[in-house]
Amino acid sequence: MFGATEPLDTRDATPIATAPITRHVRGNDRDKAKPVTTGTADENAPDWAAVLIRIRDDRDEAAFVALFQHFAPRVKAFLMRSGADAAQAEECVQDVMATVWQKAAQFDPTRASAATWIFTIARNRRIDALRRQKRPEPEDLPWGPEAEPHQEDRLGLQQETKHLGEALASLPAKQRDLIEKAYFGDLTHTEIAEATGLPLGTIKSRIRLALQRLRHAMDRK
Amino acid sequence: MTTIRHHLTDDLIMGYSAGTLPEAVNLIIATHVSLCDDCRAAVEAHDALGGAVLDGTEAAKLDEGCLDATLAMIRAMDTPAPRDIQMPQDPVAPGPLLDYIGGSLDAVKWRPVGMGVKQAILKTSPDATARLLYIPAGTAMPDHGHRGLELTLVLQGAFQDDEGYFARGDIEIADADLHHTPVADITQDCICLAVTDAPLRLKGLARLAQPFLNI
Repeated sequence: MFGATEPLDTRDATPIATAPITRHVRGNDRDKAKPVTTGTADENAPDWAAVLIRIRDDRDEAAFVALFQHFAPRVKAFLMRSGADAAQAEECVQDVMATVWQKAAQFDPTRASAATWIFTIARNRRIDALRRQKRPEPEDLPWGPEAEPHQEDRLGLQQETKHLGEALASLPAKQRDLIEKAYFGDLTHTEIAEATGLPLGTIKSRIRLALQRLRHAMDRK
Repeated sequence: MTTIRHHLTDDLIMGYSAGTLPEAVNLIIATHVSLCDDCRAAVEAHDALGGAVLDGTEAAKLDEGCLDATLAMIRAMDTPAPRDIQMPQDPVAPGPLLDYIGGSLDAVKWRPVGMGVKQAILKTSPDATARLLYIPAGTAMPDHGHRGLELTLVLQGAFQDDEGYFARGDIEIADADLHHTPVADITQDCICLAVTDAPLRLKGLARLAQPFLNI
């Protein structure tokens, strides 16, 4: 456990928001820095947060195409399972992915993975399209260049998200189905009360920590 | 930040994250989360679960030309939207609420409901009702006719009932079985955002409060 913190700390010294870092994270160094874990299927999965950061910081169209090819078919499936017909879903996918490009500046890797962030955009589009409602959003927390996110917060959050995905995948089919239905809008919320046992607490603590740092950075101004 | 003692239930947080709640309930949740970092973290953690579900979804086949159409869209877009930096614009009403009251508490069209209490019903979808309540300091809240679930978020001042003391940012989650007579704190007039479910949604929404009431 403690071994895992060292490689993270060495990378903490470099600012996150510059292009070279994202290449660094995506390159071989990432694998060297990674603590040895049990091999899982998505061990070699691309670091989508880094891809999204290339879109955010470099307006990198090739990165966008890569992100699109992974997420757009999933967003379409998500929308169709949420009750959209194929034509509606197809149109919404384009909107959702274009919004990803347009709002990339709002992506904060210390508080969300790429999948999480794209999920929130797709969910809001679904509410808009199927229920013709706007979803009231919490007031944004103001943060500027002074409140640069900590690299360790980012890696920690991405790590926890990975664990959450693995935990979800390893749930008994019945329970996993229940959670999926909840997010596809198929269930009332009480039916999902059993959706416990997933490591949401650790992610919550991570995000809480990131919010605290943000507040402190704001207080110092 | 003031310390918030009364929070959202997990069911409400999950419903908000999944996007399955009525607009009025979303509004009160977004307003509470604007004031409460604990619940904000909980919402974002549940969003992470939604992200995991999305990522694990079996991919659907896209129409031919979907990528090209999207690339055409982004190339036609202007410079990207700057990072949202919205400083709180009103000391009492957080951002999501401002959108529903015309940008300022001064713009609220209050209607008297007796005993000096005033209310304003906000425009949302009809499956639940959101209203602002203005209760003069020291006044007991009249029965404003909630038959199912009632969520009450304090924005200014405070009130006390059998369930405890509720100050700015605190949210009370009560259903029809809870007989409470909230009394506004004597020190300041109390402003609350209250959400009740419409009769049609009675059963479904009222069940949300159960985990809370079973404690």
